[in-house]
Amino acid sequence: MSEDLLRTGDLPEEEISRAENRWVLVVCAITVLIVVTFTVSIAFFRDAPPSSLESISSDEIHRSGEFVESNLGTAMQLDGSAVVRLVLQQFSFSPSVIKVPVNTPVTIRAVSADVVHGFLVIGTNVNAMVVPGYITTVRVQFSHPGEYTVPCHEFCGIGHQDMWAKLIVGSKADFPVDPTGKQRF
Amino acid sequence: MYRSERLVLCHFWAAFAAFVPAICLGVFQMVARSPWLEVRDPKMYYSSVTAHGSFFGYMFPTFVAMGFGYAACANALAQRIVGQGFAWLGFAMAVVGSLAALIPELLGKSATLYTFYLPLMGNTWYYVGLILVVLGSWVWVAVMLANLTVWKVRHRNAPVPLAMFASCAGALLWFWTSLGVTIELLSSVVPYLLGWTATVNAGLGRILFSWTLHGIVYFWLIPSYVAFYTLVPKEADSRLYSDTMGRIAFILFLVFSMPVGMHHIFGDPEVAGGPKFMHALFTALVAVPTFLTVFSICASLETGGRLRGGKGLFGWIGALPWDRPMILACGLSLIMLGLGGAGGLINMSYGLDATIHNTQWVTAHFHLIYGGAIVIMYFAIAYEIWPHLTGKQLFSVRMARWQLWFWFVGLMVTTIPWHIVGLMGQPRRMAFYDYHDPAIAPQAPFVVISSIGGFIILLSSILLVINLLATQLQPKGELEHRLRFALAVNPPIRVPRVLNGFAFWNVLILILLVVNYGLPLSQLLFFKQHTTPAFPIGVTQYQEK
Repeated sequence: MSEDLLRTGDLPEEEISRAENRWVLVVCAITVLIVVTFTVSIAFFRDAPPSSLESISSDEIHRSGEFVESNLGTAMQLDGSAVVRLVLQQFSFSPSVIKVPVNTPVTIRAVSADVVHGFLVIGTNVNAMVVPGYITTVRVQFSHPGEYTVPCHEFCGIGHQDMWAKLIVGSKADFPVDPTGKQRF
Repeated sequence: MYRSERLVLCHFWAAFAAFVPAICLGVFQMVARSPWLEVRDPKMYYSSVTAHGSFFGYMFPTFVAMGFGYAACANALAQRIVGQGFAWLGFAMAVVGSLAALIPELLGKSATLYTFYLPLMGNTWYYVGLILVVLGSWVWVAVMLANLTVWKVRHRNAPVPLAMFASCAGALLWFWTSLGVTIELLSSVVPYLLGWTATVNAGLGRILFSWTLHGIVYFWLIPSYVAFYTLVPKEADSRLYSDTMGRIAFILFLVFSMPVGMHHIFGDPEVAGGPKFMHALFTALVAVPTFLTVFSICASLETGGRLRGGKGLFGWIGALPWDRPMILACGLSLIMLGLGGAGGLINMSYGLDATIHNTQWVTAHFHLIYGGAIVIMYFAIAYEIWPHLTGKQLFSVRMARWQLWFWFVGLMVTTIPWHIVGLMGQPRRMAFYDYHDPAIAPQAPFVVISSIGGFIILLSSILLVINLLATQLQPKGELEHRLRFALAVNPPIRVPRVLNGFAFWNVLILILLVVNYGLPLSQLLFFKQHTTPAFPIGVTQYQEK
């Protein structure tokens, strides 16, 4: 077979090296282009994944601190921004209907009461994992009012397929700032 | 085959014996979550996903890599495998481990899915089985390296044949990458199973698992790339364009496939932005060896096509012997590699990943790359070596061609709609979806089309096993038992030491691992950690509730 058609030396090594070197340059250019593209998107558009590195004890979250039941949901801040606090557990979100104002900086803070969960606000770039023992923080601004679907997107147990929430983006007027800081939506 | 026929054949049958049943599980899952039947049985579904994923993730490719590695070792080095007794021991460990892991899964006692993300906790035998499979594969690593060493001592300064060099790169890659999951099992899972602790650190577990999670994909890929470099050129009546480029590509895979795993956990809270970004940079580098390989293989094919009379810019493509399974599989594999690779570049892009992370897009991506581009080359390898293993002609080359085409079409019909529903936001790993919900209803037709692809894949897998079995059951054959690999256009006479061994590269891997995993792991030391209770998960636990 091969020995009959092509003999050693038919294609000189120099010719092969030249072709390969040209290709290596192309590959380097492609690689640099990819790296530059995502670096620029981080530097100029803050297009980076959530990486908050904050820890929390998951057996205390229901009893005290930031994630007790009365503190969950959307809290308007004095500066006009909103903070959403969520607890994820087998197999539901608390609260399961999340309401946020349109065109407003929103900080979502989520914790897990048991196993690894995740959430995705379909149609947006909100996509994060919720790992027990850590607080996941996502910053976002919704520019289109409407109802969004929010599935848990990491396998969390036999009831995983039933773990869905809704996120409603509504008018700013419906989210007045409460000076006492106690009101939750 | 230098008296390694039986060893290699047993490995390949261990891979292919459960192949059709494991494909059946995949087809069941696709139908179960489609609007066709709406099976709505999550217990059965997640048990099935666990068995399907564990078989195809841990067992099937491991047996292929081990078997093909031994074939390369014996035939490329032209010597009897040193330590064949140990090779059989490793094989036995992997088989017993596979059964120990698969049986509890199929009984529904360990529905953790194959990623077994802590604090979910599966059945003890599942983990015992996995550890046995890993230990068995490490015996293979040791046997491969021992043979390399023995050969190098006997042939001072001679270039190690590329098939052996590349297979050893794969073996070392597997050793280094499997350390992550091994440390996870030993540090978190085993202490819990022994009753020493009731809690686990979920974040630590995920970081360690990500160490294995990407390298393992390159371990799956190595046998296919060995076939690209050492079998495809020969089948195209050509030679390998460049032996040196091959060595460089395999070394790049070995070095860069591990310090990149955190691109799987971009959305996680337990790793800071810096290490994630670093892993994204390294992931861009791991595309380099694939780009080099595509060039080398296309150049080898072009050389062959022109020697066979192909003219003009594209005429050589038509002149290639497409009737040979190896060439057909190579062509189909490169198409799937191109499409899947483009999707992979999206997944690894630090910010872009958020649009598709944990959606069906990801499922589509790895089925296209692994199930498509990689596994179709496993078939080509099987068709190539079966005659050498048995001494008998392949039962039907025509059936092999049909099988490869069905596989390609099945994969396309399955994964293209999957990519689309992924972009529509369908989360992966769900037992069923409520297609009556207006937000989900538009996904239904795509899910239906995709599940049809599953049946085409099933048909293909049945043809494969029939062909291999029928080949073996033919009356005694007279074919040559030695498997021959492609020569290079200019076979190497001397090779620089760094391209003929792995000592330098092992040191570099260690440094990269310390930098890219040491940093995020040591970050965990600097703030208060909270472990969480483990959650045993199996269908039976839920029935008892």
